[in-house]
Formats: sequence, structure tokens, C-alpha cells
Amino acid sequence: MARYGPKEHDVLIVGGGAAGLRASIAITENHPELSVAVISKVYPMRSHTVSAEGGAAAVIKDDDSLDDHAYDTISGADWLCDQDAVEAFVKEAPEELLQLEHWGCPWNREEDGNIAVRSFGGMKIKRTWFAADKTGFHLLHTLFQTSMKYDPIQRYDEFFVTRLVVEDGRCQGVIAIELATGKLEFIAARSVILCTGGCGKIFPFTTNANIKSGDGMALAYRAGVPLKDMEFVQYHPTGLPFTGILITEAARAEGGFLLNKEGYRYLQDYDLGEPKPYPVLRSMELGPRDRLSQAFEKEKEKGRTIEGPYGDYVHLDLKHLGERKIDEKIPFVRELCRKYENLDPAKEMIPVRPVVHYVMGGVHTDINGATPIEGLYSAGEAACVSINGANRLGSNSLTECLVFGARAGKAAAEYAAGKKKFSDGLEKIVSDEGKRIERMFFSEHGDQSESIAGIRKEMHQAMEDGAGIYRTEDSLKSSEKTIKELQERLHRISIQDHSYTFNTELTSAFELSYMLDVAEAIIRSALQRTESRGSHQRKDYPERDDEQFLSHSLAYQTGDGTPRVEYQPVTITRWPPGERKYGQ
Amino acid sequence: MEQTITLQVQRYIPEQYPEPYFQSYEVPLRKKWVILDALNYIKDEIDGTLTYRWSCRMGVCGSCGMMVNDRPALTCATFLEEYAPGPVRITPLDYFGIIRDLVVNTDDFMGKLKRAQPWLITDEAKPLSEGAYKQTPQEKAEYEQYSMCINCMLCYSACPVVGLEPDFVGPAAIALAQRYNYDSRDEGEDQRNEELTGEGGIYSCTLVGECSEVCPKAVDPAGAIQRYKATGAVEWWQSVLMPWKGKS
Repeated sequence: MARYGPKEHDVLIVGGGAAGLRASIAITENHPELSVAVISKVYPMRSHTVSAEGGAAAVIKDDDSLDDHAYDTISGADWLCDQDAVEAFVKEAPEELLQLEHWGCPWNREEDGNIAVRSFGGMKIKRTWFAADKTGFHLLHTLFQTSMKYDPIQRYDEFFVTRLVVEDGRCQGVIAIELATGKLEFIAARSVILCTGGCGKIFPFTTNANIKSGDGMALAYRAGVPLKDMEFVQYHPTGLPFTGILITEAARAEGGFLLNKEGYRYLQDYDLGEPKPYPVLRSMELGPRDRLSQAFEKEKEKGRTIEGPYGDYVHLDLKHLGERKIDEKIPFVRELCRKYENLDPAKEMIPVRPVVHYVMGGVHTDINGATPIEGLYSAGEAACVSINGANRLGSNSLTECLVFGARAGKAAAEYAAGKKKFSDGLEKIVSDEGKRIERMFFSEHGDQSESIAGIRKEMHQAMEDGAGIYRTEDSLKSSEKTIKELQERLHRISIQDHSYTFNTELTSAFELSYMLDVAEAIIRSALQRTESRGSHQRKDYPERDDEQFLSHSLAYQTGDGTPRVEYQPVTITRWPPGERKYGQ
Repeated sequence: MEQTITLQVQRYIPEQYPEPYFQSYEVPLRKKWVILDALNYIKDEIDGTLTYRWSCRMGVCGSCGMMVNDRPALTCATFLEEYAPGPVRITPLDYFGIIRDLVVNTDDFMGKLKRAQPWLITDEAKPLSEGAYKQTPQEKAEYEQYSMCINCMLCYSACPVVGLEPDFVGPAAIALAQRYNYDSRDEGEDQRNEELTGEGGIYSCTLVGECSEVCPKAVDPAGAIQRYKATGAVEWWQSVLMPWKGKS
């Protein structure tokens, strides 16, 4: 008999994107006797995996090798990733993508029926599997549809998690609001895997969907798990102004040019190689994302970008690719440009600017997705294993979700199979949590002048001003002060919506509180890393400093609003730190 | 003075009001704004209680479907300007139960997707060690269109049969079944036929074709149903005239 009734599981996965769904299938295939459930604040096929465009990297062709994939990943990461994790990742990547193929993923093919691969930024060999430029969409739907055939996988769709239940040093479930009814529930689980994605919504201009508010990161952080390498935030060089909609790197891999206001391929001025009329791997437009986004900022300083109503931009020129190639390889780019910019990339240039895209940091885990808290695991963008270091290689993230989703699933299942007994009296945490929520967001003495949208806007401003592509001690300190004030102000808020039914004002308040906690970790980690590496660029410390900082930052939440940052050395196996060379 | 436009939004908060009602909001009429931006403006600046689903704002997550002036539309892919000078009427998707305001109950739809058995079915599992299936670009093109469905449910709101016959499995689920039926790697067509040619299956469709009209991804569910009916009919005749078929 289940002690905690029907809502008791062996493994509970929070988040139904690629990592979460992959974990759920890995668990049920390896341990059919275990009860497994996926809880998500949206229906799984709405998860942000759906927006990923370009592709997923894995070695499959004869001219490629695991070492090449490892080297591209490690040099792309500016040597901040753990090389044992990278070696495991590149080794398991091909099998994972093949598994997706066997589940029906519509990968693009060569004429003879074999899997096709394309080039991507920062790679010396073509190794990106793709499903046109809707790879994330196809991958997510394939996983979700496949998961439906496994009856043991239970789902809690549209349940919003408000806290982890950690008792006696073990994670034993979550508390969540069922959105349709407003009911607060304790869902017991012998192990929990956080697959909640990233936190791009902390920033004003992002490719990320509205749901990406760092929920799992904040939940783990509040439970005492450190957040690792949070100072590393990736700007993708090509987002549409105003909407922040991503124009995939595949557009450049197929031969697109980046032009400044004089029509000049400005990347040649930034140590990224010579301009050629065709795409060259690890060169120019196919350089790594951090370097391209930084080059944009430099161009802006020189006054060579174009002023627009939604900030400065440059041009991405695809005209020379022709209609046929665009429709065959990057049809979604054309669809998005037509729908949202009212232009046709086969005939006109696309305005683009750098846009927050991905966080390399996340919940501190080991190579199996285990966090320092017993029974708590994490995978996907929410986690930091780390294979992404200071700058993620394009097209590694979907593969990461699969490889480490499966790994975390297996590890969490093995732990749960030990059938440890639940602690006594966990159910009473629900009533405590109910009171906490009342106190936090429905105070009768709430300050009516404060609003969720107002505080969110100020957070956005503070993050863009203080923790953007280039940072300084002053900018970060000023943002840190603002975030602290906003955290206090959020506690004085009083929500207008008192309905129990689908209260999205309440969930928005929660999301904002999660984002502010994650923001404090980003800023503090950035302040203490007095060097420049990958996506973390300090104007006051422009050099990489391996002596002091070839190490991961671990930010622990403290009671006073300033996290404590500790460091853990990077694991080096076969690739000693070197210079990042592109364009050669 | 900035130009404005009025949104007449259907509200429904079950514990507070027994029936749906309309509430008007005046919002700025900005270039580049989609309907969803206007709803977000209302939620952020005017009325925090307004409730709807949304996420990606790039027409791929499928969350934000609503009726805009009585036509099903993805609100993140529908420009506000097109409705100037207004007013614009926003109501929840037709033929679904309403949970609150613009949020509809999708449980039934999720069950229908599962009825299509949307996963690769093979007689024998191919081990991973044998590598990938071969599939030429032409073979992929056979099912590609049907694989583009984002589950936004607009086609259900456009389909009069869904309104009359709640058990009808519906356009998106049939297109999804076809996505696998036409996949060269799949061998599950018979299994799916059993489900989809029965009660509430393809023969409920009366060929209105509105599903394909409103589809934001050009999936053409109506075409998928037509193709299904063609095979379904052949198979029915085969089962009558050639009962030994398929029993060897």
C-alpha cells in the first residue's frame, strides 16, 4: 500500500521537455516495475524544446571522430567544462540520436536514405543532425508521442511546483498547485529529477519562451543545492529585433553573411578568419556564439551598426542562397521572417541582434545528474554537469537533454529501486505551504502600488544594464542592489486574483520570485569571477585567468540575500587549456 | 495621442460568476503587435486577473489558440493591426469546455491524440546496433506535411462535426495517424485502422474542409482524412470480398 495514496511515485520528473521525457522513457524501459510520473506546468508538447531550430550534434560520419566533437565542445567552452563529462557525452550522443530515429524522428536524409548532417558554429566537421530547421519541435513531439505508448508513465499536466520536499536529508517529493482547481497537493516520490529548462526570461530580450523562469534552478537553490557557473549566459548572435525570435545558426551554416551598416562582413576584424564566399567551418559567421555576440557589441561602439526602434542591429544576408535552398534547408526562417518581420529573406536582408538564448550554468550535478541532496537529480538546461563550460557549442543542447536525461533517469530509478521508506508526517507540509503562499502573495496589508509587471520590468533593466554581454564591477554591484530591493518589494505584493481556478497571476508571482533568486546567483557569481572567459566578459578584467579561475563557481543561497560562492576545480582529462583559435 | 483599439474579451470565473460575460479593454494599437501582445498588455497594465495560455510567441508551441472575431487563430501569429479600427472579439476556442476565461479544457483532445497511436509500430523491434533505417528524401516527403501539427486545436474549433459529435476523433488526430501510416519505417496501419475506421472515426467527417483552412502550419487535415477514407474504403471492400486477405 502506498503510504501517501495514489500520488506516490518511485520517480517524479519535473518538466516535460526533451530531458524530462527522455528520462521518463529510460526509467520505464529499464525499470518497468517502478512508478514514474512527469509533472509539468504546461502540457509536455508546449515545453520550450519545441522552439529549438538548428539541430543536434553527434558523430556519425566516417570523416568525424569522438575526439573532434570533444575538442570542439571543450574549446568552445573556453576549457571550463569537465572533460570526463564531455567524453561520456560525445560517446553516448550517436546512440541517443539513433534511438530518436528508431522512434520516428523525421531527420533530414541524404539522397541514398542515410542521415544527413549540416555544419554549425564552432565546429570543424559537419556533425549536426537536423529535421529541417524545426529540430526541437520534431524531437519533442517524437518523444512525447512515443511516451504515450508507455502506460506506466503517469502525467500531471498543468501542475505548478512551489517547493521541493526535503526531509531527513532526502528529497521525497514536491508540493504543487493543480492549476485547473487551485488545489495544493503533496506528490511523494523516492527520487525527483528537475528538468525544468533555463531561465532566459530573467532578461528582457530573449529567444526563450514565457515559461522559462528558472523554476527548477530556484527550487534546488532554495533547498540548499548550489547553482554552478551561473555567470555564463549565452547570447545568440542572431535574434529578430523586438520579438527576440531566433534565426537559427543553420542560416549561417548554409552560407548566410553578417553585414554591418556599410554592408561589410565585420567579423573579419575580430580574429575570426578571412571572408570567403562560401561557409568555412570554425571561421567567420561559423565562429562560436560568444565571440560573434561580442563582435556585435564592438561594432556598436564603433557606430557601425544600424539604429532601429528596438535597439541597434546588423544584417543577416541570405539572398544569395536562393529560394530553393532556403525552402529546403531553413523553411522556418522564411516563415518566421514573413510572419513577424514582414520580409522575405530570399529577397531582403534580415535585421538581427544578439539575444539571450541559453544559460550554461544550472543545478550542480555530477556526471549522472545527481545533486548533492540524496534523491534529487537534474538534467537538461536546468542542470550544469558541466559540458557547456563558459560557452555552449551550438547544437549540443538537444543532444545533452537526451544523453543526460537518460543518465539521470537511470540513476534516479536505481536510487528509487532501493525503496527507502518515506519520512513520517510529510503531508502536513502542504498546510504549511498553503499558509506560506497566503503570507507571501495575498497579504491584506499588501502594497497596492507594486505590481508583478513593474517588478519584472525593473529586474529586466537591471540584468541588461549590469549583467549583459560586457560587465564591470560597478555595473554588477548596482544590479545586485536592485535585485535585493526587488526581492523585498515582491514580498509586499498583494495579488488581485483571488480565484482558485487557473490563477496565472499567482504562478507569475512565483515565477518572478524564482527569477529573482536565480538572478542573484548570476550576479554574485559574475562579480566574483574577476576574469573574462567565454560568455563572461569583464571590461575590468579582460584576460582569462587559468591560475585562479579554471574552476566552477558554486553559488549557495544564504539567509541574507547574498549568495556564498565556492569553487571546484575543472576536470581535465586529455585536453590541457589552450588558446581558442578560430578562422584558421 | 497614441491610437488605441478595443478588445472585447470573454471572461468566465466559475467560483465568482455562473455565466461567461464580456469585458472591454482599450489597448494601444501598436505596429508589430500581435493579439497576444495586447492580451499581455491587459494582464500587465490593466487587469491581472485575465487568464489565458501562452508560451513561445513564435507559432510553434501551440498554446495560444483562441477565437478572434469568431475565427480560430493563433493569437501570437495574428497581427492586431489587421483588426483596426476594432473592436476585436476574443473568445475561447469553440467546442471545448471552458476552465476559466480563455483557457479551455484539453483533456478530451489529449485522449484523442492517443487514440491515433502516434508512435512508430513495427512487427519486430529493430536493435540500435543495426543502425538507422534508410529513408530517402522522397519517402520522408510522403508524411512530412502531417508531421508539422503543433496540436494547437484550431481545427477542432473550426470543425462543425466536433461540435455535433463529441466522440469524433477529429482532424489533428487523424492527420497524426497518417503521419505514422505514411512513414516508410512504420507497420502499424492496420492497428490504427481498427481504431480510426470505427465509431467516431474518419467516417464521421462530412468534408467541410474548414480544418485545413484554419491550420497555421498547412498540415491539411482534410486531405489526410480524404486519403484515409480512400484506403479505409478499399480495406473494407477487401475484408468483404477477400476475407482471406491479411490472414495468411
